[in-house]
Amino acid sequence: MTAKIVVDSVNHLYRPPRGRPVLALENISLDIREREFIALLGPSGCGKSTLLYLMGGFLPIETGAITVDGKPVVAPGPDRGIVFQHFALFPWKTVRANVTYGLERQGLPRAEREARAQRFIDMVGLTGFEDSYPSQLSGGMKQRAAIARTLAIDPDVLLMDEPFGALDAQTRHLMQTELLAIWQRSPKTVIFVTHDVQEAVYLAERVAVMSARPGRIKAIVDTRFDKNDPAVHKSQPFVDKVDELWGLVREEAIKAEQREAP
Amino acid sequence: MKAFVRYSPLLLIALAWEISSRLGLVSTLTLPALSDVVAAWFDLAKSGDLVANAATSLWRGSIGLLLSIFVGGALGIGMAWWRPLNVLLGPLVELFYPMPKSALIPVTVLWLGFGDGSKILLIFLGCMLPVTIGAFNGARGCDRMLVWSVRSMGASRVRALWDVVLPSAAPELLNGIRSALALTFVLLVSSELIQARSGLGYLIGFLGGGGVYDAMFAVVLTVALLGFLADRLYLVAMRRVLIWRE
Ligand SMILES: Nc1ncnc2c1ncn2[C@@H]1O[C@H](COP(=O)(O)OP(=O)(O)OP(=O)(O)O)[C@@H](O)[C@H]1O
Ligand SMILES: [Mg+2]
Repeated sequence: MTAKIVVDSVNHLYRPPRGRPVLALENISLDIREREFIALLGPSGCGKSTLLYLMGGFLPIETGAITVDGKPVVAPGPDRGIVFQHFALFPWKTVRANVTYGLERQGLPRAEREARAQRFIDMVGLTGFEDSYPSQLSGGMKQRAAIARTLAIDPDVLLMDEPFGALDAQTRHLMQTELLAIWQRSPKTVIFVTHDVQEAVYLAERVAVMSARPGRIKAIVDTRFDKNDPAVHKSQPFVDKVDELWGLVREEAIKAEQREAP
Repeated sequence: MKAFVRYSPLLLIALAWEISSRLGLVSTLTLPALSDVVAAWFDLAKSGDLVANAATSLWRGSIGLLLSIFVGGALGIGMAWWRPLNVLLGPLVELFYPMPKSALIPVTVLWLGFGDGSKILLIFLGCMLPVTIGAFNGARGCDRMLVWSVRSMGASRVRALWDVVLPSAAPELLNGIRSALALTFVLLVSSELIQARSGLGYLIGFLGGGGVYDAMFAVVLTVALLGFLADRLYLVAMRRVLIWRE
């Protein structure tokens, strides 16, 4: 299989205007296959979002290289859709206008925009809130609006930064199923950041575990299961995978905590 | 009805004004009776002086203010978006922002004479910086991720400026414009009062100099009312634009 995205020896150093520079990522190399669903797992502050921003073309790549379909990433583009951890919705646009915005940029005719937006709004369960502003929505509803906005554009690559983090267990499960269905029927490569080990094992084909700051790839674990089996969560191999990954993540979380302590 | 209750203290003051001058508590030279002022207002209005001078003043004010909104807004957003511009102009803005703008009156008259030009230039220069600073602060506070987000949906950099930075700046920009609106009246009347041959400020000075105090008060009240109305109208429009904030 060919690699869709190649991350080759990438470092990232943040230089805040005040304070010391922060090395967020160190020597990250990762090949992501065409149509792969890969999860990024790691303690808070290890650089998961940073890695997504680099792949999205939002931050400059100073050392190393990232290519998508063999072409170096230089700027953001509609081939790589992103769902931000903090949603980044237009506060001054309604849910509907938030979702149609990207479709307008893609040059879709009005009627088609409206229909498509409605389909994704319904899909994420925001029917009836089309005319609400983000300030009138709960955190979980905002998150779903952001997911609808990105999915509606139908990008080749989906960069998702803890997209279900603000959802209750019930809604989260529904959204996971939807996302899997979308991924299974359309050729998408998904990079999915999460804190939830179960979620990573359930959704992804591979899970990359990152180390505490500076972020490195600590391990890559194969997690292919039959997603359509309703009892997959309870099967022994699944439970074993979750345990294995928990072990890896816990080590890093402890390291990160010791680092933060004075 | 609510507005009536809210502004009812004004009626009391008007009543006190009328009574105190009628009873001779204050000299009519200091404060002409309100009823005389109102009568003088109607005379002025009938003669056409009031309307003609008000039109001149409002024309000067709106052109100066509009110029300051466009130039100041573009400057503020430009400074937030493009660092070199901020480095270049930031110190200049900081230096001139606290300056009492009325000090520019003789300067603009020296450059452009007694007519409309000097008043427009004064208002433009005086009102520009509050707008610039509002636009700058608003644009700087814009959500970086939202800019990224629209870029990843296919928007160009210019498009992102238009679709994200400008609307993000709107609340602070609109507040800056509100200060500029109030400042417009201050600068307009004071410059016309000092050096002009037409306008409401000129009319106030002319009537006061001639000792026609009831008419002078009529024009002063007109200016106050115009300023108040402009601010109210502006607030209504601003609320409508910012409806998304609830
Ligand atoms: N703009 C910035 N300026 C300076 N340092 C930053 C900046 N953004 C992130 N960092 C630092 O870089 C590191 C990685 O941040 P990042 O947001 O990528 O972590 P993360 O893995 O996504 O964390 P979380 O799980 O909490 O979202 C953190 O230690 C953070 O302090
Ligand atoms: Mg993050």
